Parts: sequence; C-alpha cells; structure tokens
Amino acid sequence: MEGSIAEMGKFIGAGLSAFGMGLAAIGVGNVAGNFLAGALRNPSAAGGQTATLFIGIAFAEALGIFSFLVALLLMFAV
Amino acid sequence: MADNAHAAEGTGLVFHPMDQFKVQPLFGGTDVSWYTPTNAMLWLALTVLAVFLVMVVGTRGRAVIPSRGQSIGELAYGFVYKMIEDVTGKDAIVYFPYIMTLFMFILMNNFLGLIPASFANTAQIAVTAILAFAVFFAVTIIGFVKHGTHFLGLFWVTSAPLAIRPVLAVIEVISYFVRPVSHSIRLAGNITAGHAVIKVFAAFAGLVALSPLAILGITAMYGLEMLVAFIQAYVFTILTCVYLKDALHPSH
Amino acid sequence: MATESHGAEAVAAGHAAAESAGMPQLAVETFGNQIFWLLVALVATYLILSRVALPRIAAVLAERQGTITNDIAAAEELKLKAKEAEAAYEQALADARTQANEIVEATRADIKADLDAALEKADAEIAAKAAESEKAIAEIRANAAESAAEVAKDTAKELIAALGGEVDGRSVTAAVNARMKG
Repeated sequence: MEGSIAEMGKFIGAGLSAFGMGLAAIGVGNVAGNFLAGALRNPSAAGGQTATLFIGIAFAEALGIFSFLVALLLMFAV
Repeated sequence: MADNAHAAEGTGLVFHPMDQFKVQPLFGGTDVSWYTPTNAMLWLALTVLAVFLVMVVGTRGRAVIPSRGQSIGELAYGFVYKMIEDVTGKDAIVYFPYIMTLFMFILMNNFLGLIPASFANTAQIAVTAILAFAVFFAVTIIGFVKHGTHFLGLFWVTSAPLAIRPVLAVIEVISYFVRPVSHSIRLAGNITAGHAVIKVFAAFAGLVALSPLAILGITAMYGLEMLVAFIQAYVFTILTCVYLKDALHPSH
Repeated sequence: MATESHGAEAVAAGHAAAESAGMPQLAVETFGNQIFWLLVALVATYLILSRVALPRIAAVLAERQGTITNDIAAAEELKLKAKEAEAAYEQALADARTQANEIVEATRADIKADLDAALEKADAEIAAKAAESEKAIAEIRANAAESAAEVAKDTAKELIAALGGEVDGRSVTAAVNARMKG
C-alpha cells in the first residue's frame, strides 16, 4: 500500500509535467502564427526568414521536450 | 478507461513504449561491452550505408544533366551549402564537410529509425550528447583560436547599459553552457517522443474496438514523424551554424 | 488506481529481465558501446563525404555552371550573328529598292523624252499642214473673189446692154469693185 502511494505520486507528477508540453505547443503556435501574420504583410521578406522561424520553433519546442522528459523520467526511471 | 484496461488484461494490453530503445547484442548474450556488435551498431552501419548510397552511388554518373539519384545528392549538398552561407557566412565554408556529415548522418538515422522494428540511434541521449558536445567544444575552441580573449566579448554585451552588463554576462554564460544540453535533448526527445507515441497507439491496436482508431492514429503520427525526422535534422544543423557564427563573429 | 499500479508492476516485471528498469536511454553500461560505434560511424561518414561525395558533387556543379555559361555565350554569339544577317538583309533590300527606283526614274525620263520628241514632231507636222491648208484656202478664196468680180462685171455689162444703156467698162468695174469690197 505504501508503494502504491509512491506510484500515485509518480503518475500525478508525470501528468502535471505533461501540461508543459501543451504550453510549449501554445508557444510554437505563437511563433508560427506571428511568422505567418508577418509573412502575409510582407511576403517578399518571408522567404529569407524561414531559418529564423525554424530556430524560434526549435527553441520553443525544446522546453516542451524538457517537460516530456520529466514525465518520462517519472514514469520509467524514478 | 479503467474497465477497458481490466477487460484487456487477458488479451495482453501492456505498454512497453520504451523497449524499442534497448541496446541489445546482435548475437545473443546480455553483456554489452564497448566493442560488442549491437543493434545500435547495426543501424549506425546502415546509416553510413544509406549516406554512401545517396551521396556516392547516386552521384556516380557525374552527369551534367543529373539523374534522379544524383539530383537528391545535389539537393542535399546545395541545401546545406546555402544554409551555411546564409546563416554563418562565406568564411564558414571550410567547415562544410563536418556540418554536411552531421546533417546527412542525423537525417538518414532519423529516417531509418522510422522503419518498423528498427533502432533509432538519435533517440539515445548518449548519441545526441556526443554530437552536441562535439559541436560545443569545436565551436568554443574555434572561437578562442580565431579571436583569443576577444571571444569572451560574446558574453559582455557592449550595447547594453554598463549597470546591467554583469547580469547579462551571467545570463549569457549560463545560456552558453545550456546550449549543448538543449541541443542534444531536443533531438533525442523529439525522436523518443514520436516513437513512444506510435508504440502506445500500437498497443491500443490490440483492442478490437479501438484498433481502427489506433491504426489511424499510427498513420497520422507516422506522417508527422516523417516531418519531424527532417525538421530535427535541419534544426540541429542550423543551430550548429548559428553557434558557429557566434564563434566566427563574436561581436554582438 | 489499482489497474494503473498493476500496469506499472507489469512494466517493472517486463524490465526485470533487463539490467535497469525504466528508460533504456539511461542505461549507462551501454554508453561505451554506443559512443564507440557512433564515433566509428561519424568518422566513416565524414571520410565518405569529404573524400568522395562532396568533391564529386562540387565538380559536377562547377561543370554544369561552366556548361551553362558556355551555352549562354554561344547563344549570345548566335544571336549576334542572326542580328548581323538581318542587318545585311535589310541593307540588300534597301539597295534593291533604290536601284529599282533609279531604273524606274530612268525609264520614265526616256519615255518622256521620246514622247516629247514625238509630240513636237507631230505638232510641227500639224502646223505645216495647217499653214498649207490656210494658203490653199486663201488662194481658193482669192480665186473665188476674182471669179465673182468677173462674173459680176460681165453680168452688170450684159444687164446694162439689155436695158439699152451705154456700157462704160471702167465705171462698171469701179462700181463692182466698190460693191465687192462693201
């Protein structure tokens, strides 16, 4: 029984850290959406900025991946 | 959901999403010493073979009007070459072979890892950490060799007011040393996440009621993972270029 | 809750055979193996790319660039030639046109000269004929007037004689002449 409380804590923690992935999704959507808004205003400048877009998305996504990593660690490693 | 799980216990609904990342010896046994031929070695070898096929066998015609295979090789070459030129500058072309190696290796490994029952090396922290730390040390050494102590100007933001410069310097130093960590975790995490999600869907496919949905989910995730496989190789390469730019032109 | 813990136990049981439960990525004892083979693979990829693939592709791209440049130059030359040929053609056309105009002018002048000469000759002939005719007409007219005067004198003498008058030739002639003039 005492083991199952520890189990419960692990799963709750993993579930909580999954929130971080959703928040990172908001961030990625923000980056992509703002890029699109800017690109539609000035389409000629958009082509040169795709690299910047991907760098921004990568940075935003990395934080979501960190929280996913925390979830994985809680589920399988702790 | 709990009822489903109960009902499924008999049919073996158990999740092993991480088992696919286990390193196992190819020819029996459980010992994994540094030279043992393992599944990791097999898929690394296949990656090298894939790079060889695309870049050497594909271009063996040396045709002025390229064949399809040659076009792929030339496309990859032009893609990375232009990326380095755009992001880092013309003086970074000397590092082109190494950056090309990183790109082709990660790309091919990501795609090979998507073959069912294969082994994804890029999902292993050990592999991506070596790749990322190699970039980190190379960039740091290049920076100090090219600019000496001027390279430290990267952390001393002269465009900011003097009062907040020390604070900024601390932040810059921390972000500089976090780079290899995020660089490696991003790649390994993305590949791990995609493969684990596909595996979870695959486990649900064992339930008759859920199997159509599960197979649809696997298909959709597989398509997304194809995209991720390319984008992560691209992102890893372009971040390498960005870090290299900091080393070659450290002025803010 | 019981189900989940059971699932977790099953997972743990599944991993019990392996040396480390949980994430295989964190199984430190496999790191040496992975890193060793990774370095071998990276060196192999680097050698393949830097020794064979990249120089070859660079050569192919340079060759293609050269071919394209040459082809563009050749096309430029051909275009120039075509332009020259067009200019020559235009020149020939213009020459031919001038020549034709000259011929037309010359012919026209010739014809005009001939025509003028013919017209002059005809005019001269016509004038000569007209003069001749006028002379003839004048002669005829003169003859006719003389004859008429003769006839008138004779007639007048006869009339006077018939009426029993004495014929004075001189006065009759004068009178007839005066009438003829009047």
